[in-house]
Amino acid sequence: MSNIKKFCYLNRKAPYGTVYAWEALEVVLIGAAFDQDCSVVFVDDGVYQLVKGQDTADLGIKNFSPTYSALGDYDIKKIYIEKESLEERGLSLDDLQHLVWEDEDEDWAEKDSIIVVTKDELAKVLDEQDVILSF
Amino acid sequence: MPILHTVNKSSYERNTLESCVSKTSKGGSVLLIEDGVYSAVKGGAKAGIIENAIGDVSFYVLGPDIKARGLDEGKLIDGIKVVDYSGFVELTVSNDKVANWL
Repeated sequence: MSNIKKFCYLNRKAPYGTVYAWEALEVVLIGAAFDQDCSVVFVDDGVYQLVKGQDTADLGIKNFSPTYSALGDYDIKKIYIEKESLEERGLSLDDLQHLVWEDEDEDWAEKDSIIVVTKDELAKVLDEQDVILSF
Repeated sequence: MPILHTVNKSSYERNTLESCVSKTSKGGSVLLIEDGVYSAVKGGAKAGIIENAIGDVSFYVLGPDIKARGLDEGKLIDGIKVVDYSGFVELTVSNDKVANWL
């Protein structure tokens, strides 16, 4: 296929307080379904979306956090998390879900999808994109 | 005349909590709800907003909002009390007024 573009989904909002995180996830899955080259970026309060152990039972709303673990099945292999955003919030990689994708060229070996980047590295990631969708 | 202040925004995105706390009198109460609960986590760059005021002001977080966001009650700033929905109701009744900082 020739018309593959590099799509970047920029997430800056915490989940549940607003609808942005949920809407972003829907749009990411659409982009992936169209076989585009998708990257998902979590910065600022967006890093809270990947915190593990979310349980919305008492809020009576859907817990959509398990969906992030399906991103690998949609061939999304690049999930960037800004290091500074994690540190500012007192979080570390251990507080987040472990997300993987399966490499068919290596007998479906599981590989990490999450790439922790500094703000300078993230600037370069953004430079490389054809389209940036912000949430 | 104690006031119950509620804050529903993350202090990493807005200055709502900072502004609220600076206008809360000694003996007042601040209840963190929705995305406001992120401000209650120990070790964050904004934890000082609560740590510096907790001697004069009572801080509460809404348990269901903590749980929904995957936050660990054990990682909350010392002295913050976790309340459930009925605790929220009790706070509104035991204070004279409620101020919602949106």
